[in-house]
Amino acid sequence: MKPAPFQYNRAETLSEATSMLATLKNARLLSGGQSLMSMMNLRYVTADHLIDLNRVQELAGIALDETHLRVRGMTRQRSLLEHQPLLARAPIFREALEFVGHIQTRNRGTVGGSLAHMDPAAELMGLAALMGAEITMTSEGAQRQVAIADYPLGYMTPNIEPLEILTDVAFELWPEGHGWDFREFAQCHGDFAVVGVGTLIANDDSGMIERAATVLIGVDDQPVRLRDVEDMLTGETPSESLFRDAGALASKHDMMGDALVTSAYRKQIAGVLVRRSLTQAVKRATEQKNV
Amino acid sequence: MSEGQHTHTVTLTVNGDVHTAEVEDRFSLADFLRKKLGLTGTHLGCEHGVCGACTVLVEGEAVRGCLMLAVQADGQEVTTIEGLADIGGNLNTLQQAFMDNHSLQCGFCTPGILTTLTAFLQDTPDADEISIRKALSGNICRCTGYDTIVRAALSAAATLRAGQS
Repeated sequence: MKPAPFQYNRAETLSEATSMLATLKNARLLSGGQSLMSMMNLRYVTADHLIDLNRVQELAGIALDETHLRVRGMTRQRSLLEHQPLLARAPIFREALEFVGHIQTRNRGTVGGSLAHMDPAAELMGLAALMGAEITMTSEGAQRQVAIADYPLGYMTPNIEPLEILTDVAFELWPEGHGWDFREFAQCHGDFAVVGVGTLIANDDSGMIERAATVLIGVDDQPVRLRDVEDMLTGETPSESLFRDAGALASKHDMMGDALVTSAYRKQIAGVLVRRSLTQAVKRATEQKNV
Repeated sequence: MSEGQHTHTVTLTVNGDVHTAEVEDRFSLADFLRKKLGLTGTHLGCEHGVCGACTVLVEGEAVRGCLMLAVQADGQEVTTIEGLADIGGNLNTLQQAFMDNHSLQCGFCTPGILTTLTAFLQDTPDADEISIRKALSGNICRCTGYDTIVRAALSAAATLRAGQS
């Protein structure tokens, strides 16, 4: 037993949870607990009350339509990895989610919890930035939608008000036949990435790149969309030299340094990963067209 | 209990036996198993979700025993290392494979690795070496270098597959 004393409160419904949040003093929401409990065990976080959302059944669920994936906040990360229609429609989810922690943490960890925690290397935040996600917050009697561009406010600080619960996230899906890639460099599998990159590519019938999206994680306090790289690729015919130039451009972005990894090293790794990721995503886009 | 300590009464099924006990809200599931039930086979290493030693099965899924509160497991079914062998103490297929392949030295990580692999091999009967190594990425072993653990997992998977066909 490591955490400081707190009172445990179990919510059974969303309205019960928002009402607890509005009335209990110094309360924290307990989602999958795979970050919060660690931080409480280390006493980085102390709370007078925990409001457990794990029994709120209405807060878990996955809905897939023509254009969007909608996920409720308490959906387990494992549930996305088991959702075959999603993995067929947007295979990048499989590739990215396999990097999220470990089997044991994905079994408990939730989509909403990861987005609310907002670790700089969080894969789900990276996918949200890559796929133009919209995030819904619910408080007593009110809802608020936030576009992913307006969601991060700073280091591990999301745009969630004190009385709000992150209840939904909608990811915009790419058309059938797109190419994808998600890869990371980390000291060992499941560690926080030194650098991670996600890429989506859509080719036209002649093989020209029609649309490109690329995101880096782990390099700044929030995911970084590489708009300059995307512009460079759009309308071009794929080639090794194009991917090399794109990697070089990616490595020009400012990146953080920390006690273990310098900024210069991150930039070098990012350049290589972006080049490889584009190569793979374009290859898959071509294969999809030829199916 | 001293003033200011909040408690709940929980009832859970552990290795097939139903237990009811009063627990402090801040007790982890691993604390509960060790201190209330005396099931000390579940080991606590880092207590912040990194080492995997405390892994137990909740409703059949591998979870970190240090990151789940005992009160959260109320009404649920838990399997620990003590629940893997049969009542007569005969090792199961995976445990026997660990013995045959010298897959442990100090043994501190072993309960968490056996519970993790139990769930993993159920989900992934045709597991290969790479998928086993990925599955074990959340369990730290500082003795073996993992090779003998992977060998045991591959051998157990093959035995289990042969038993099913």
